[in-house]
Amino acid sequence: MSYQIIAAGDSQSFPDKHALIDQADSKGTSLLYIGQDAAEAFANSVFDHEAAAFIAIELGNECLGVHIDDDNGPQNVLGFARFRLGDDPPTKLVELVRKPYTSAQALAAARAAFEAAGLVVAVCHDFPGRILNKLIRPYYNAALRRLDEGLASANDMDMTLRLGLGYPDGPIALLNRSGLHHHFEVTQDLYEQLGQEAYAPARRARNAWLKQNLLIEDDDAAA
Amino acid sequence: MNAKQTIGIVGCGTMGTGIAIVAARAGFKTRIYDLKSESLENARKQAAAFLKKSVERGKLAEGEDALIMGQFLTTTSIQDFSDCDLVIEAVFEDLKVKHAIFKQLNDVCPSYTIFASNTSTISITEIAGGTGRDDRFVGMHFCLPAQLMKLVEMSPGMNTSDETFDKAWKLCEALGQRPVRTRDTPGFILNYFLVPWHNDVINLVDQGVAEPADIDLAVKTALGYPLGPLELLDMVGMDTQLLLCEALHGVTNEPRAACPPLVKRMIGAGRLGRKTGKGFHTYDSNKIFGA
Repeated sequence: MSYQIIAAGDSQSFPDKHALIDQADSKGTSLLYIGQDAAEAFANSVFDHEAAAFIAIELGNECLGVHIDDDNGPQNVLGFARFRLGDDPPTKLVELVRKPYTSAQALAAARAAFEAAGLVVAVCHDFPGRILNKLIRPYYNAALRRLDEGLASANDMDMTLRLGLGYPDGPIALLNRSGLHHHFEVTQDLYEQLGQEAYAPARRARNAWLKQNLLIEDDDAAA
Repeated sequence: MNAKQTIGIVGCGTMGTGIAIVAARAGFKTRIYDLKSESLENARKQAAAFLKKSVERGKLAEGEDALIMGQFLTTTSIQDFSDCDLVIEAVFEDLKVKHAIFKQLNDVCPSYTIFASNTSTISITEIAGGTGRDDRFVGMHFCLPAQLMKLVEMSPGMNTSDETFDKAWKLCEALGQRPVRTRDTPGFILNYFLVPWHNDVINLVDQGVAEPADIDLAVKTALGYPLGPLELLDMVGMDTQLLLCEALHGVTNEPRAACPPLVKRMIGAGRLGRKTGKGFHTYDSNKIFGA
């Protein structure tokens, strides 16, 4: 499966050297748009999109439907994001976003390219938060709220979920490690997209974000 | 090890049998009460088989399983609980049934006996209120399977004395378990988080966000969970998930605890999970072969 990489800005999915990047081929007809400006690069591209077996655009928190039509768009265009939690390194999981009209061939070709680079692909339809963020953000918000309400100490809450369910990390330790302010950014965005209370950022996450942004302003002032 | 103390367990279902194995293995004299002698005989066989396997796997010394089984007394007479230091109730989740059992126990047991409930969803304070000794009552929620999982969620009721809670905590540690203190609120810690999380996953399937196999793969790969949520739900069973939702949502009105419509459709279709061979995944001799 030969593909070219069009890099446009910093990539959340591929911040470092990776087999997916190394295995790219400048003669490939398929296209991987990577980086925070991937969608813009896709929109302004000079490449022949019709000839591509597949085109994959790196997504942030937004839906693929922002970049291509919801009901009747190109059958070879997919969205993707490699899952990572805040400052934690990206995981092996690639969420590959399809539209109802996406062709099976394009889906299979994109999957093959990611899997050849050692990544694990889960296919999902175009919903805010895809699979992972749609599931974990309400759970993290609930954990943060229950911590405020004194259900148990942070350590006991984490330990219960680790020992009781075999989770490698408890939610509080995980959020503190990966950056509570990042949780705020994602869950606030999903709250706006979905309008469901469960996504409304928990107090602790909002505070962490405010603190982070005040600190950054201080740094700017000092510089 | 504490050979002198006696622990009584009411109900010999999966949880009761598991807790009995834990108690006997830790050296306690162990009494198991149930109404049906066939169920008790079955529990004894299950315990013996589990312990035999522990010997085979080198987790117990040769012959130790027989010694542990020697600590077991199965009985259909609640009178045999008259020397218990701690009684753990593990019958099904019905407040009236639990009250009836504890009332009988209150007449049989000496005043120093501590009563505990293994309930996962009913308020400890509510159960304690019908026992005649609400100051000597604690919640002790073991995880499934109890004989393998160390965690016990321990909750004091509103009227539980500090002395009782301390004693019960030490007994829990003497059982070789790891107690964690939680408040007497619906679902304690584990089910408070797990039931809505599972509902969210079920709704994700119903909304057509992704196929069950993709959801399980995504969660396991990204978060390192040992089981995908839909694999776990297939083990829990849709019937049990419905009961958990009703118990939690009934007291909290938390929207995420409300039973997803898909659960009732799956129950209607006979897709309860592993126990019927089909849930979110299809099972053939316990092997997953597709969604």
